[in-house]
Amino acid sequence: MSAKALGPVRRKFAPWNDPSAVPLIKIRDVSKSFGSFTAVNNVSLDIYEREFFALLGPSGCGKTTLMRMLAGFEIPSAGSISIAGEDLAGTPPHKRPVNMMFQSYALFPHMSVEKNIAFGLEMDKLPKGEISARVDEMLKLVKLEEFAKRKPHQLSGGQRQRVALARSIAKRPKVLLLDEPLGALDKKLREETQFELLDLQMALGMTFVIVTHDQDEAMTMADRIAVMNHGQFVQISPPAELYEQPICKYVADFIGDINLLEGRVTKNERGHIVLGSEITGGRIEASGETVAGLGDKAWFAVRPEKVSIDLQPPNDPTVNTVSGTVWDIGYVGDISVYHVKLDNGGTMRASIANTRRVVERPISWEDKVFLTWAPDAGIVLTK
Amino acid sequence: MAKTPQTQNRRWIVTAVPYLWMVIFFLVPFFIVLKISFSNSEIAQPPYSPVFDFIVDGWDEMLDKLASLTTDNYLRLIQDSIYSSSYLSSLWIAGSSTVMMLFIAYPIAYGMARAPKSWRPTLVMMVILPFWTSFLIRVYAWIAILSEEGLLNSALTWLGVIDEPIQILSTNTAVYIGILYSYLPFMVLPLYSNLEKMDDSLIEAAKDLGCTQIGAFWRVTFPLSLPGVIAGCFLVFIPAVGEFVIPDLLGGSDTIMIGKTMWEEFFNNRDWPAASGVAIALLIILMIPIMIFQTNEARQQEAGR
Repeated sequence: MSAKALGPVRRKFAPWNDPSAVPLIKIRDVSKSFGSFTAVNNVSLDIYEREFFALLGPSGCGKTTLMRMLAGFEIPSAGSISIAGEDLAGTPPHKRPVNMMFQSYALFPHMSVEKNIAFGLEMDKLPKGEISARVDEMLKLVKLEEFAKRKPHQLSGGQRQRVALARSIAKRPKVLLLDEPLGALDKKLREETQFELLDLQMALGMTFVIVTHDQDEAMTMADRIAVMNHGQFVQISPPAELYEQPICKYVADFIGDINLLEGRVTKNERGHIVLGSEITGGRIEASGETVAGLGDKAWFAVRPEKVSIDLQPPNDPTVNTVSGTVWDIGYVGDISVYHVKLDNGGTMRASIANTRRVVERPISWEDKVFLTWAPDAGIVLTK
Repeated sequence: MAKTPQTQNRRWIVTAVPYLWMVIFFLVPFFIVLKISFSNSEIAQPPYSPVFDFIVDGWDEMLDKLASLTTDNYLRLIQDSIYSSSYLSSLWIAGSSTVMMLFIAYPIAYGMARAPKSWRPTLVMMVILPFWTSFLIRVYAWIAILSEEGLLNSALTWLGVIDEPIQILSTNTAVYIGILYSYLPFMVLPLYSNLEKMDDSLIEAAKDLGCTQIGAFWRVTFPLSLPGVIAGCFLVFIPAVGEFVIPDLLGGSDTIMIGKTMWEEFFNNRDWPAASGVAIALLIILMIPIMIFQTNEARQQEAGR
């Protein structure tokens, strides 16, 4: 089954906007403390059937602890977790309808690939014939038929990752938890595997909850992403919304690259906001809504790829413009990022897609440049 | 870097040191003992013949002396039942105490490996600490504990468990207690070092896939700790077979172990050739398990864990 065939289905998938939809996983007011340290601080969350949900955040933000509470390895200090309507308080890990793929893969080194995959099925005391049929099916699914008799140490990192995946889905759990599943793979393999995981999730119709610190991974795969910090959710949104409409500076800065221009609200009416800012030497025109009142401090957040860079000042003097000097150029291959020292202090970044082979840049170090952007290119943030 | 002849020479020196050590402190004494084991017992100084002297003897005399070497000592090992029963009794005592030791040491090592990280060095220290006092003194201390007027009997009498002292000292029970006590660290430490390295996520994975805590232990922890179990068993079994001090001090007249028999041949009967024969035969008996152990080690290393 290919991702293309299922594409339209996925695009329409948004049960979180449907008030009648019943969530598969309900996390209610859950906290977890280790001594005086609060790893997870009073969070609530609904995850829906067939959703690919990502918990994203820096290390120590509580994402792994939250996942371990779903698996049953940690007991919540407060709050409740239920899956498919069943409260999991007091249910030990081995009786939960979830399986986990471990960051270290945690393959049993003394067992062959097929024994590893069969482990959970044997625990369920399935008949022998069914176990071997299911193991074969799993091996085929992860394309490891020829490696059934190998021990984990005889496999490459990518193959081990597949065994771990096959083992964790063999029991057909309601929910699959993936703890940094691609963390140990190199970049190329990681990107390939991201799409394979997506295909697999759709083919199996399973609910996936993934923990990651890699925003690209979360953006590529997840239906929704919960950005976590200090044990709490900062924002829970689909990837595009998270990128284009971050609710605060933390999310804007954590996901992708952003320019934050500080100012004070001088006008806020009918979707037209004006910030007074020293950085631009006057005003920033913005569109959209904000809760900020007149005179409040606010930030205009605009992504580098939405800022144009030019050697000439714009013809229209009303457009948002700042002038500065090129201080550094980051050539990444597909894009070049220009770091511009602004005349009024501070720096801004603008990126340009390299649509031609760069032999000689039209804009170079120490050039005097003008950065411009449309009012709807960015968003006004109040916190 | 190119290998100059000089660095190759130095390399040779480095590898030669352990070999030289083995030759001087193992092979040479081994061949001396081997030679004595084929000699005849004499009431003389040294108490065996022939004595080779390459400078004094000519070729002919050397050949005569070689011809006088005998296998009598080995034949006696087979014919006289005292030796075979000594060997069997030693193997039995060492084997059964190794098994008992495993049951005592495994929970200790497991507990140590599961203890909070900050405690572990202290716990290891507590296991090693008895080594800091003399082995002999510790065995003597057991005499004071196990004798009829000893600490154990006094305590049991005081508690009202027994009416009159029970005989523990000078029985095989005392030998078992001595061996279990003395060799405990040799079993605990290899087990601990194995269990401590074990990845906790393996246990979690087993539980996640439907194993209970006990199930996870038998299916994952225990099989993975087998190299530690084997290492510990050999470290206990091999020295216990040849143990002399413990059966001599704690055992009774009916405790026969090969170490004691050998000691009697050597010091009481002053029969060096017979004692040497006993020693060589013991070496061969122990070589078999050591070789099994080494092939096992090699296989483990090949497995790359």
